[in-house]
Amino acid sequence: MPYIPNTDEDRRAMLQAIGAASIDELFEMIPADLHLGRALDLPPALGELELAVHVGELAARNRPASQSTCFLGAGSYDHFIPSVVDFVASRSEFYTSYTPYQAEASQGNLKALFEYQTLIAQLTGMDVSNASLYDGAGAAAEAVLMACSVTRRHAKVVAASTVHPEYRQVLGTYLQNLETELVTVAAPNGTVAPEELDAAIDDQTACVLVQHPNFFGCLEDVEQLSALAHAKGAAMIVAVDPVSLGLLRRPGDCGADIVVAEGQSLGNPMSYGGPYLGILACRDKFLRRMPGRLVGETVDRRDRRCWVLTLQTREQHIRREKATSNICTNQGLMALRATVYLSAMGPQGLRSTAELCLKKARYALGQWTGEGLLQPVFSAPTFKEFVVRVPHGQADALLSAAGEQGIMAGVPLGCWYPELEDCLLMAVTEKRMKAEIDRMTDVIRTVLN
Amino acid sequence: MKPEELLYSKTHEWVAIATDEAGAKVATVGISAFALEALTDLVFVDLPQVGRSVSAGEPFGEIESVKAVSDLYSPVDGEIVEVNSTLVDQLETLSDDPYTSGWFVKIRIADETALSGLMDHAAYQKQCEQEMADE
Amino acid sequence: MPACDVPSEPVERLLPPEALAQTAPSLPEVTEPELVRHFVNLSTQNMSVDSHFYPLGSCTMKYNPKRNETLSSLAGLLGLHPYQRVETIQGMLSILHSLQEMLAEISGLEAVSLQPAAGAHGEMTALFVAAAYVRDTDPARNVVLIPDGAHGTNPASAAMAGFKTVEVKSTPGGLVDLDDLASKLDERTAVFMITNPNTLGIFERNIAKICQMVHDAGGLVYLDGANMNAILGVTRPGDFGADMMHFNPHKTFSGPHGGGGPGAGPIAVTGKLAPYLPVPVVKKSGEEYGLDFDRPKTIGRVRSFFGNTGVLVRTYCYLRTHGPEGLRRVSENAVLNANYLLSRVKHFLPVPQGDRCMHEFVATAQTLKRERGVSALDIGKRLLDYGFHAPTVYFPLIVHEALMIEPTESECRSTLDAFAEALFRVTEEDPDLLHHAPHTTSVSRPDEVRAARQPILKWAGPER
Repeated sequence: MPYIPNTDEDRRAMLQAIGAASIDELFEMIPADLHLGRALDLPPALGELELAVHVGELAARNRPASQSTCFLGAGSYDHFIPSVVDFVASRSEFYTSYTPYQAEASQGNLKALFEYQTLIAQLTGMDVSNASLYDGAGAAAEAVLMACSVTRRHAKVVAASTVHPEYRQVLGTYLQNLETELVTVAAPNGTVAPEELDAAIDDQTACVLVQHPNFFGCLEDVEQLSALAHAKGAAMIVAVDPVSLGLLRRPGDCGADIVVAEGQSLGNPMSYGGPYLGILACRDKFLRRMPGRLVGETVDRRDRRCWVLTLQTREQHIRREKATSNICTNQGLMALRATVYLSAMGPQGLRSTAELCLKKARYALGQWTGEGLLQPVFSAPTFKEFVVRVPHGQADALLSAAGEQGIMAGVPLGCWYPELEDCLLMAVTEKRMKAEIDRMTDVIRTVLN
Repeated sequence: MKPEELLYSKTHEWVAIATDEAGAKVATVGISAFALEALTDLVFVDLPQVGRSVSAGEPFGEIESVKAVSDLYSPVDGEIVEVNSTLVDQLETLSDDPYTSGWFVKIRIADETALSGLMDHAAYQKQCEQEMADE
Repeated sequence: MPACDVPSEPVERLLPPEALAQTAPSLPEVTEPELVRHFVNLSTQNMSVDSHFYPLGSCTMKYNPKRNETLSSLAGLLGLHPYQRVETIQGMLSILHSLQEMLAEISGLEAVSLQPAAGAHGEMTALFVAAAYVRDTDPARNVVLIPDGAHGTNPASAAMAGFKTVEVKSTPGGLVDLDDLASKLDERTAVFMITNPNTLGIFERNIAKICQMVHDAGGLVYLDGANMNAILGVTRPGDFGADMMHFNPHKTFSGPHGGGGPGAGPIAVTGKLAPYLPVPVVKKSGEEYGLDFDRPKTIGRVRSFFGNTGVLVRTYCYLRTHGPEGLRRVSENAVLNANYLLSRVKHFLPVPQGDRCMHEFVATAQTLKRERGVSALDIGKRLLDYGFHAPTVYFPLIVHEALMIEPTESECRSTLDAFAEALFRVTEEDPDLLHHAPHTTSVSRPDEVRAARQPILKWAGPER
C-alpha cells in the first residue's frame, strides 16, 4: 500500500510488543457478529499511473469554464488568480497543518489568519472579521442567527428577493426548525423598493438581509435601507461582492452592522462550487456573539508579539449546546489564498480589477442589447453582472449556439424567478477581452436573426 | 462584607440581604473566593440588564475564563435593580476582594422562600471541603 | 492589470457618485518578492504532517497524498463553474456519483448527500433531516441524547436543529451507561448521537443493543463518523444499527486539513430518511449523469452550489487508490500503530481504559500532575521541543489531564518508537523546565488571558 510504511516484519514485531497474535485479534473489541465478513464492494485499487489516466479521462469529459469564454457568474466568478496565490497555498507547511490550536507550532497559520481578519475588516469597513466560514450562503445564515441572538428578537427575519436565491434557500433551511419566520421582500424593478422593505420590518424583526451589488448585478441603496432597518431596531446585514469593494463604498460606511460575502472571487478557483470562503465581519459590539474562529494578538512569555486563537468560549468545543454556532472546521486555506490575493493586488490592483469588470460589463451590455437584440431587464446601475431577456423560447438555442463557439453565455433565471423565465444573468470579469465580447455579439445576432 | 456573615448557594454564589428605602429586601450577589480560585484567569463576565426578572436556581449571567464558561445562578426570585458594571474591567483583582467591591448584581427579592435553601458560612465551608476531597 | 480594451466612459459617469468609494481600498502595497518571502517565512513557523509527526487525537493527521493534489487541480475539474450545463460536466458528475455509491457501501447505508462542507456541517444537516422526518412522523420528539464524552459539535449541532439536548453518562470503562441511556429514552427522544469507536478509542461493544434500545423507543441513531479510520471495511455503521452518519474526508480519506479547512462532511442515511436529503443529489440514467432537484420532502439546501467539490475529488482519488483491500488495510494499520504506541506508553503514562484500543487512545497525566505538578498541557508543549506535534489535550472531558494520541497508519514503527521515547523522557524531566516549555519554537507560550481580556483582532500598528 502506498501510504503505509511498516513492513510485514515491522508488523510482526509490533504485534509481539503488543502481545497480540494477529491484527485480527486487535479487532476483537468489535463483536464478531458485527464484522462485515466480506470485502467492501468497491472498484479495485489503481496505481498512480492508472489513477492519473482514469481521472485525466474523466476530467477530459468536462468542458471547463476556465478554458472557455465564461460569462457565467451568479456567485462564482472567473477572475484572474496571480501565480503567487497558488505558490503560497501549495506550501505544504500550510496545507498539511491542522487548525492552529497549538499556537507555538502554528504561528504561520495564525499570523496569516490575523492578516486575513485585518484585510477583511479594512475592505468591508467593519471592526472585526472572523477567520472564515464555509461559503457566502452559510455566512449569511450564520449572520442572521447572530443578529437574532444580539437583538434578542427571534420572531422574524426580512430578506430581499434580490439576495442570491441559494443563500435564501440555505437560510430557510437553517431557520426551518427554529421559531423564526423568513419574510422575503419582492423587487420587481431589480432593486429593493424602500417602502416595501419598510412595510415588512416591524419591532420584532431581528435583521434585514440585502445583497449589494445584488444577485441581478444591480446596486442597492444600502444607506437608505440600513436607515429603515435601524429605525425599527433591526440589524442590517449586507452581502457583498468583495471585488466590487475595489470601487464601491464600503458597507461599513453605509450603515451595515454585519457584512458577509462569498470570498471565492479573492483568489479561489471556481472548482465546481467549492471549496469556497465564507466571509463574516461585524461591529465590535457583536463580537461575543460571532460564530467561528478568531485569531488575536498577544505576547509570549518573553514579551514577544505572537498570535493565538482567542475568545474560544464562544465556540462549540467549550460552550457545547450554547455555542454561537456548531462550526469547527472552517476554510483556512481559502482564507490564506484570499490574504495572498489581496496582498498581491494591493489597493490599485483591486481598484483596476473592479474598474475593468465594470467597464467591460457595460460595454457588453451595450453591444448585446444594441440593435434591439437582447432586452435589458432592469434599469438600475449595475456592476459586473446584468440580466437580459431573450425573445421567448430562444434562450436555449442561444446558450447552445454560444456553447458551440466555446462560450458559456449566462445563467437562466427561470428556476428561481418564474417571472424571469426567458432571462439570463450574465457576468463579465476583467479576464474577458473585447474580442470575446464581440464574438458573443455575433452569436446573438446569428441566433436572433 | 465579611464572608462569615453571608449566605451561600450550592453553586458558590454568596448573598447579602439588606432592606432598601422602600422597605423591600434586596439581595447583593457575588461569587465566593473558593469558586474564584477554581475558575482562574477570568477574562469576561456577562451580566444582565437592570429590570430583568430572575428566578432562584436559574442563570442570570456568565463568567468566563480562557477555556471555560460558568453560569451565574440567581439565589432568589426577584428583579435585577443594580449591576456592578465596573466589574468587567476589574477581573484581574476580583479575587483580592470578592465580598465587597466584587459584587455582581443586586436583586429586589420578590419571594423569600428560596432564602431558606441557602447555607450559612459554616455549612458552605463544609461543602467546599467535600468538593476538594472529591477532586 | 492590463489596459482597458473596450471603449468606455470614466467610472464616475457609469455609477452614481454616492455609490463610489472616495479612495482605493486600504490594502498592503508590497512587491511579489516581498510577498513570497513573507509567506514562505510564515510557513516555516508551522508544524505540519509533511514536516512532523502529528499524533493529534481525534483529528486523524495522516499523510496527504500528492497525487490527489495534482489530480484535483486538473483544469478539467478545478475550472468548472457551478452553473455549467450538465452536458459539459459529465466527468465531474461521474466522479461525484461514484463517490456517493462508494460512501454508501462503506457506511452500509442507502443514500448519500455530498453537500455539507465539514463534519459539523454534516452533523447539522443530518439532524435537519431527522427533524424533518420527525415532523412528518411524530412531532412530539424534540430531544437529542448525547454521551458525555462526545465532541462539542454534537450538542451544538443539535441546538441549531432546534432540539433540546440531554447528556448520557459513560461507565467508568468509558462506554455508554446503558442504564442511564434506558432511563433517558422516552417518547420525546428524536435522536441518539454516538461516536463509535468513541472518543476514548474504544469500540462500543454494546452498539447493536444500544441501537436496538433507541429504535425500540422510536428514536433514530446518529453516528459521528469522526473515527471511521478505525473500522473501514471491518464493520459498517448501517450494519450495527446507525440510521445516519457523517464522514470527515479531511480526516479519514486523507484531507488535507489546510490549516483548519477546507473539509467536507458528506452524510449517509437509511432509505426512510433519503427523501429528506438536501438537493441536489447526483443521479444517473443510462450513461447520462444529472442533478436531481425534484425531491419534494427535501430539507432544501445547506450550502450554495454543489459543496466542497475539491475535497470530494481528493476523496475519490483516495478511495480509488486503495480499493476494498487497501481500505481495510488502512484501518488495520491505524489500529496496529495505535496499539503499539499504547503498549509502549502505558508503562509511564496510565491509560485508564485498558490495554487495547482502536485507532487512538487516551492517556492521563493525573498522577504526574498530583505528584509533580506536571500537567497534560506541559507535556504537550514540551513534545514540541522534541520535534513532535502535541497530542490532543484535555479531551475528552471525562478523563482528567487527558492526552489523546492518534498515530494513524501512515507512520512507521521507528517514528512511533522515537515518539514514545521522547514522551518518556518528558515525563522524567524537571517540572520547572516543562512549565516553561516549549523552548525551541519561534515563540513560547502565548498569554491567552491577555488575548481574551483585551482582544486585538486586527493589525493595530507596530506598537504594542
